[in-house]
Amino acid sequence: MINFEYVKANSAQSASEARIKNGASQFIAGGTNLVDLMKKGITAPERLIDINALPLKEISLTPKGLSIGALVPNSVAADHETVKTKYPLLAMALNAGASAQLRNMATVGGNIMQRTRCSYFYDTTMPCNKRNPGTGCSAVEGYNRMHAIFGASEQCIAVHPSDMCVALAALNATVQVSGTKGTRKIPFADFHRLPADTPQLDTNLQVGELITAVSIPAHSFNKAYYLKVRDRLSYAFALVSVAVALDVKDGMIRSAAIAMGGVAHKPWRLYEVEEFVTGKPISKELFTEAASIAMTGAKTYTHNQYKIKLGKAAIIEALTKASS
Amino acid sequence: MHMEEQHHCPRESRRSFLKQSTALAALATASPLLVKAAENEEKINAYFEKVPLQLEINGQLQNLSVEPRVTLLDLLREQLGLTGTKKGCDHGQCGCCTVHVDGKRINSCLSLAVMNQGKKITTIEGLANGEQLHPMQEAFMKHDGFQCGYCTPGQIMSAIGCIREGHANSAEDIREYMSGNICRCGAYPNIVDAIMEVKQGGQKV
Repeated sequence: MINFEYVKANSAQSASEARIKNGASQFIAGGTNLVDLMKKGITAPERLIDINALPLKEISLTPKGLSIGALVPNSVAADHETVKTKYPLLAMALNAGASAQLRNMATVGGNIMQRTRCSYFYDTTMPCNKRNPGTGCSAVEGYNRMHAIFGASEQCIAVHPSDMCVALAALNATVQVSGTKGTRKIPFADFHRLPADTPQLDTNLQVGELITAVSIPAHSFNKAYYLKVRDRLSYAFALVSVAVALDVKDGMIRSAAIAMGGVAHKPWRLYEVEEFVTGKPISKELFTEAASIAMTGAKTYTHNQYKIKLGKAAIIEALTKASS
Repeated sequence: MHMEEQHHCPRESRRSFLKQSTALAALATASPLLVKAAENEEKINAYFEKVPLQLEINGQLQNLSVEPRVTLLDLLREQLGLTGTKKGCDHGQCGCCTVHVDGKRINSCLSLAVMNQGKKITTIEGLANGEQLHPMQEAFMKHDGFQCGYCTPGQIMSAIGCIREGHANSAEDIREYMSGNICRCGAYPNIVDAIMEVKQGGQKV
């Protein structure tokens, strides 16, 4: 690992100032992704700004919803009683990600900021527009089994690796950020970007902006399920995943929130499917049709055609599990 | 600005030093004097880059000095000689390097040592009480929870974490919450048995 300067920030403001002052600096929280990227030579910050001393470790419930501090470890959020009882979808998604050790280290803010696990992004001997803009995308013509089927561009077909973010997208979360010019709230759907011509940009954060918390509005969903399909039973990234939250009464879906992981450069919200199932009685036929709608417009590559069939099956399974 | 500067070596000087040192290295065979000069400069450079670090490791307070890039794993193994903690993948994928930081299991290969300022670290060397092994160590021996033994320190540290976190209530639960520890010998059934026994024995871990 190339050496770097290390400083500890004691306020969000000072962290943002330090970040702007040195363009080659980066914030570090849990470090589970960043330290790995630095070891691999994918990123080489000149200065790390350790934000772990900032007071961003609270989980609080208000009538408006839930707020989780950016530095809350994934395991703490997943095991928190309020999260488990009022936002079970989030708890399930958190527990589906990484390993117990990594969840003890990784923070909620860092989870949102994690970078793709595309094997070509990780292989510094191969061209990659995300790692090295303008060099080309090795995955388009390469081994693209893990790659996107929605929202990709010819510049990048990588997928976002997070499970937690799929649940947050479904639950209409808001990302709270602070910068030198003050604070702002970014709706989850607008936080991550599609690759288009600038795959090097994962998010719409401005330089110096720091995630301070994520808030999830109060909701009326009484059913939830997070289904993750992967190459082994645990501790692997998703081939596809489905987050489902439903408000069901007397066998009728009153409202629905559905998002997919492992299929796009950002958590993929299925608005049309939500609209389709809303107001309809639960049935196998309904879910089958919903799954077909979900896969409309999918674009596959040589090795990821299976994701359409798998994605459909996963949606039917997740809707069935959630509503049962 | 309220930053706690850990040291005062501007990056530029380090970069220019590196360039200079490369140039000096090229001349090294020609002039022993230049080699000595480069070595001295490297020492000074290293001095400025190190960060003072206080840790409590297995109950002993340690005052250390480390480069920011040193991981907790490398600090334990290379600087402190605590080689019980193993380096497997060095990328957080195998769990060999699992230690406890303030009682919680983590992958020491992905934790920068400097980020653990003031924390309590427990490694496999810190589990036994004198000659008396920790119940989890005893259980691994009893149930033959290993073959080659390389993953075992990480498995044991993780197993203790698994019970402490309340995730060892069934074999299925244990398999899920121990999935961050890979055993290429495939001793999983015996590892699960060992953890089940300690959990059911109700001993404090």
